[in-house]
Amino acid sequence: MFKRWLRHSTIAMALALTPLPAFAQDAIKQGGDVVITYKDDIATLDPAVGYDWVNWSMIKSLYSRLMDYTPGTPDLIPSLAESFTVSPDGLTYTFKLRKGVKFTNGRELVASDVKYSIERAIDPKTQGPGAGFFGAIKGFDAVSGGTSATLEGIATPDDSTVIFTLSRPDATFLHVLAINFASVVPKEAVEAAAGDFGKKPVGSGTFVLKEWTVGQRLVFERNPDYFVKDMPHIDKFTVEVGQEPLVALLRLQKGEVDIAGDGVPPAKFLEIKNSPEGAEIIVDGAQLHTGYITLNTKVAPFDNVKVRQALNMAINKERITRILNGRATAANQPLPPLMPGYDKAFTGYAFDVEKAKALLAEAGFPDGFETILYSTNTDPQPRIAQAIQQDLAAIGVKAEVRALAQANVIAAGGTEGEAPMIWSGGMAWIADFPDPSNFYGPILGCSGAVQGGWNWSWYCNKELDARAIAADSMSDPAKAAERQAEWGKIFTDIMADAPWIPVTNERRVVAKSPRMGGDGDIYVDPTRVINYDAIFVKDE
Amino acid sequence: MAFLILRRLVQTALILFGVAAITFLLLYALPADPARMIAGRSATAQTVANIRHELGLDQPLLSQFWNYLMGLTEGNLGRSYAQKTDVGALIAARLPATLILMAAGIFVEVALGLILGVIAAVRRGGPVDRLVMMASFVGVSAPQFVAALLLLYVFAVTLAWFPMSGFGTFAHVVLPATTLGILGAGWYARMVRSAMIDVLNQDYVRTARAKGLSSARIVFRHALPNALLPIIAMIGIDIGQFMSGVVVVEAVYGWPGIGQLAWQAIQQVDIPIIMGVTLVSALAIVIGNLVADLIAPLIDPRIRAR
Repeated sequence: MFKRWLRHSTIAMALALTPLPAFAQDAIKQGGDVVITYKDDIATLDPAVGYDWVNWSMIKSLYSRLMDYTPGTPDLIPSLAESFTVSPDGLTYTFKLRKGVKFTNGRELVASDVKYSIERAIDPKTQGPGAGFFGAIKGFDAVSGGTSATLEGIATPDDSTVIFTLSRPDATFLHVLAINFASVVPKEAVEAAAGDFGKKPVGSGTFVLKEWTVGQRLVFERNPDYFVKDMPHIDKFTVEVGQEPLVALLRLQKGEVDIAGDGVPPAKFLEIKNSPEGAEIIVDGAQLHTGYITLNTKVAPFDNVKVRQALNMAINKERITRILNGRATAANQPLPPLMPGYDKAFTGYAFDVEKAKALLAEAGFPDGFETILYSTNTDPQPRIAQAIQQDLAAIGVKAEVRALAQANVIAAGGTEGEAPMIWSGGMAWIADFPDPSNFYGPILGCSGAVQGGWNWSWYCNKELDARAIAADSMSDPAKAAERQAEWGKIFTDIMADAPWIPVTNERRVVAKSPRMGGDGDIYVDPTRVINYDAIFVKDE
Repeated sequence: MAFLILRRLVQTALILFGVAAITFLLLYALPADPARMIAGRSATAQTVANIRHELGLDQPLLSQFWNYLMGLTEGNLGRSYAQKTDVGALIAARLPATLILMAAGIFVEVALGLILGVIAAVRRGGPVDRLVMMASFVGVSAPQFVAALLLLYVFAVTLAWFPMSGFGTFAHVVLPATTLGILGAGWYARMVRSAMIDVLNQDYVRTARAKGLSSARIVFRHALPNALLPIIAMIGIDIGQFMSGVVVVEAVYGWPGIGQLAWQAIQQVDIPIIMGVTLVSALAIVIGNLVADLIAPLIDPRIRAR
């Protein structure tokens, strides 16, 4: 009754073990000591808790999970799992673990660790933000509600077998097992840390945390026992925190720093880019990102679909990509181009001021109206909000820009009837995993249109919700293409209702010293930003 | 003296209670929801509710405040929402860097301020005086980040005399302390100058001159000590100010002080850290002023007599 996924367990593994042809232009060298800087201190390295883009990639490298991604791509591969099978109804997933994988405290990793780690991520006491990802596992509600400590839907018949039973089919389940919250941790180390596991992490990933001087530096060393041969490539990396991006860049140019994690400040971008070594220093890569303006469907006049469509035609997206120094492309649909399901043929609403004015008049607002546009207050977001304000003025819409701290914009967005328009810059959606469903539920589905939610358009289309649920039930891998196409259609159909103005797909920029090897995709990895496992130092 | 200290201790407790109460109420008046910030974008309503409950944010405001105060009496500043670790430990880890920068910064500003202020006062009305006053005006008005970046660019990037960023050796402290010192020295120079001018016009100084004392002795032995009082009071205030963190200078030089911690906590609505830093700096201001009050009578016997 089980269907074996030979394709995944063999070919994909072979891919994971061999160096990728994508960055074969420099010979991969083992060894090297790398210095990386960030402005903010690292909040936590607890995989059940950490959820910002800086600690995300470090947690990826400290721990391992049943599933992972081929470096630089959104392609799933088994990691701790040696092989797995899915039942035809899509409700049972059986994983065989690799033999001989060890935590960095020396103990062998067994099936019960997988169960413990996921239960821990759901346990309300952990205060983890990712609990909801595991919602499809049977018994989730009891653990999440605090009435049970063990998850009914995970069985471990022996030390190398984990069986998941789902309460509903979930086509994204393999991605769920690849996100950080599914990282496997040893119970004894969590308990020994007495609530401080985030500062004293123990995992089975490519690196081990050797030193953490709060507010100054973290030192990661290669895990010699890591289960994939020749991974990682560098011996050690030191993360220096509290480093102003501008100063980090100056240090990088002097050779003191190898990677400036915060990238290039907007004011410096063109100068660096046009400098002789610019091409070698700046790496940018596409990420699963869409920047958008939400049009609150519960606030007049945005309850009128014609008004929303008119505004979609009024925004000069090319100008906004110029404000972003060309680090972005104009978007016409919610999904970013890198995301499976993206519809290349879709054109959306073209920029057309006259047509926008006409449609606005048709909607009953020939002279426009007054509204409020929220934005975060860090550069370049207020400048983009001003560009949007000017575009709106051209069709007679007077928008007052409210640039606030991020937490306050998020709060306004999640309060019913509060924010008519929000420019998402600085808080825009970047997918947790490369599956189109991740762009729906929280930000466009009915479940996100609640107090404190992230669906700031307050858009709730019951029919689309039903189609989304149907698409996510298609967990049969043979139907993957059909499911992808259906998701693509859901997103282009959403655009008929125009709850958003999709504006840009931004590329992330990282600055690296010329001695660092590998192409941009491993410095701006779609699933983890900097891929510490895959970067390497060139021969000098 | 014992009575003064006792009175000050009671005052300190009251001030800290007031600061705690006001900060707490202000933070809860914010529209931002800490549980939401921790939960991030993908969390379900259930997850957010769980986090809110675990943090005790679903309790009435007064009982939350009461619990916080009870923790304080045990020396417990609470746990950071975002970092999930003790606030006391986080602040303690950054205290050495903050104290070093504070001491070095105050040393530079006081030394510079005294020298320039005395020179300006003695040469009152002359070109030197005008130059010093202009320089101090620039120092007082220059934004910290401009001065910091300028010094960094000249002395760390171009001349490479000092490291650009970081903490650990004497060389690391020079530029941040100089930045703070140059900017702060302006205030001190102006204050020393006006206090000195005031003192130099007094009868006893004229008497000293009439006695035929050297002008160096008049200035340093007779006039300066009497002009020092406001300076000492100002150092007391600076101690408190530097303890609450010099965010901009810390950011430019990558200095791991309390300001960095506070700035990051504010962005994340990490209320326990914001509360902790506020209380520690309030305490520092109180202690700074107390120390200034205790030193003053040692310098000026008139205060002792009172």
